[in-house]
Amino acid sequence: MFLIACPHCGPRSQAEFVYERAEEAVAYPDGTPQETLAALYTRANPRDFAWELWRHAYGCRGWIRMRRHRTTHEIAEIEAVGARL
Amino acid sequence: MPGAMKGYSALALLKGGFNGHKSWPRAWRAPEPKAFYDVVIVGGGGHGLATAYYLAKVHGVRRVAVLEKSWIGGGNTGRNTTIVRSNYRLPQMQTFLELSLKLWEGLSQELNYNLMFSQRGALLLGHSDSDMTRLAELGDSLLTNGIDAKRLSREQVARLVPLLDMSPDARFPVHGGLIQPRGGTARHDAVAWGYARAADALGVDVIQNCEVTGIDIQGGKTVGVQTTKGAIGADRVAICVAGDSSTVAAMAGLRLPIESHMLQAFVSEPVKPMINTVIMSRSIHCYISQSDKGEIVLGGDPDLYPSYSKRGIPMRIEEVAGQAIGLVPALSRLRMLRCWSGVTDMSFDGAPIIGKTPVENLYLNGGWCYGGFKATPGSGFVYAHTLATGAPHPANAPFGLERFASGATIDEAASGPQPQSR
Ligand SMILES: Cc1cc2nc3c(=O)[nH]c(=O)nc-3n(C[C@H](O)[C@H](O)[C@H](O)COP(=O)(O)OP(=O)(O)OC[C@H]3O[C@@H](n4cnc5c(N)ncnc54)[C@H](O)[C@@H]3O)c2cc1C
Ligand SMILES: [Zn+2]
Repeated sequence: MFLIACPHCGPRSQAEFVYERAEEAVAYPDGTPQETLAALYTRANPRDFAWELWRHAYGCRGWIRMRRHRTTHEIAEIEAVGARL
Repeated sequence: MPGAMKGYSALALLKGGFNGHKSWPRAWRAPEPKAFYDVVIVGGGGHGLATAYYLAKVHGVRRVAVLEKSWIGGGNTGRNTTIVRSNYRLPQMQTFLELSLKLWEGLSQELNYNLMFSQRGALLLGHSDSDMTRLAELGDSLLTNGIDAKRLSREQVARLVPLLDMSPDARFPVHGGLIQPRGGTARHDAVAWGYARAADALGVDVIQNCEVTGIDIQGGKTVGVQTTKGAIGADRVAICVAGDSSTVAAMAGLRLPIESHMLQAFVSEPVKPMINTVIMSRSIHCYISQSDKGEIVLGGDPDLYPSYSKRGIPMRIEEVAGQAIGLVPALSRLRMLRCWSGVTDMSFDGAPIIGKTPVENLYLNGGWCYGGFKATPGSGFVYAHTLATGAPHPANAPFGLERFASGATIDEAASGPQPQSR
């Protein structure tokens, strides 16, 4: 298990969070059929860093964007979804 | 020397006893790779080794190499909870897994290797009216397709597994069950070793400590692989690497409908026989069986996020132990001995992918999720057919990679394309 530094709540146990999907899995309403198919059904699934969406389900319930290493679980970057909007 | 396999038998064992068991030859050779093979199989798990065996045995394709980056059977083959059954819901899964189960039934004899395949029954418990309705539906569908299934009343379940909590205030009240009597368990390591030995005897090169680091493609055609033991040419390359499917497919520029997640398993200290069947549940993801050594083998939910760490999360141990004790309170007296984790190749409909890829002469066998051990013989059988003939066997025809684009997914759990929600 690892700690996730929620942008709202600070460092909390991973047990409080839910993995939602890889960021590349987000399908957009104005995407072409090819783009939508790729978002639904293809992944890079790397052994190192990937951008992911998580939710602090048993905390503030906020959506979070993070760049996480899929072997060491190191989190290199983390922010609230929409933080840059 | 290929073909020099010394048969294992009670008599041979007795004879061995007279010379201190010093006359046994190695079970398989340790060859250096040749420059070229008809088929190079990437991954020496049960599936890869079974594929090699059936290629040589059924199709006479003997210039075959199995390349394994570490030791054979050290992946998910040696990490699973060894449950074998064919009682799935969807007809495509039923047909394929029943073919596999029929192969299991004669496999120890065929391979001349004791796989300790034990048809002790695979029991699904129902904990509510709706569970029982779903079990009845499953049982009917299995019987209609000629697969064994038997509905059990609460009393019959209590007689079969006397240690289940049947008290009025049980945490998981048992309403009844559905059993597949031909289901059971097998010794996982033996499956890899048995296939390796039999394939080796037919001339297959089983090459360990040989990692594939690249796939050579010329003019759109696969022509071989790069490995830590040098380049190896091949007419066909067959990916069979379970949790590493995405990594190896990426060497050919492919992106798969697969995410790699962790699944854990746990065993207790060994005790005298106390559970004589495989216990599973319709409502909770906890499964319990007892190994021939006497250890209680437990498994539960995957860790539900992508990871290659081969380390499980402690909260899952707590959760599985809690559920297991809820079902069989006597387990609370046992000490846990070991826990471990494997990288499962979670496909986006929960079903495997077996067939051609968009790259010519490159084939894929993967997406087994947490359920591919039971499929080992069937997977090897149909993959060998596909590799030898260039076309799928009827049993793997529905499992092509193209089904995701065409919408013909095989979603056993009916839970959509997110692996963490199945
Ligand atoms: C904890 C756990 C419990 C499970 N329980 C069950 C169960 O009860 N019943 C069931 O049916 N299924 C179960 N499964 C699933 C099952 O174990 C797998 O689906 C199945 O073993 C996959 O078989 P395999 O032979 O293809 O994989 P593996 O045994 O993982 O073989 C793949 C091999 O490929 C090798 N490899 C990877 N990359 C390379 C490379 N680049 N070059 C060369 N070699 C490479 C790996 O080292 C590995 O040995 C479980 C899995 C886990 C992890
Ligand atoms: Zn929070």
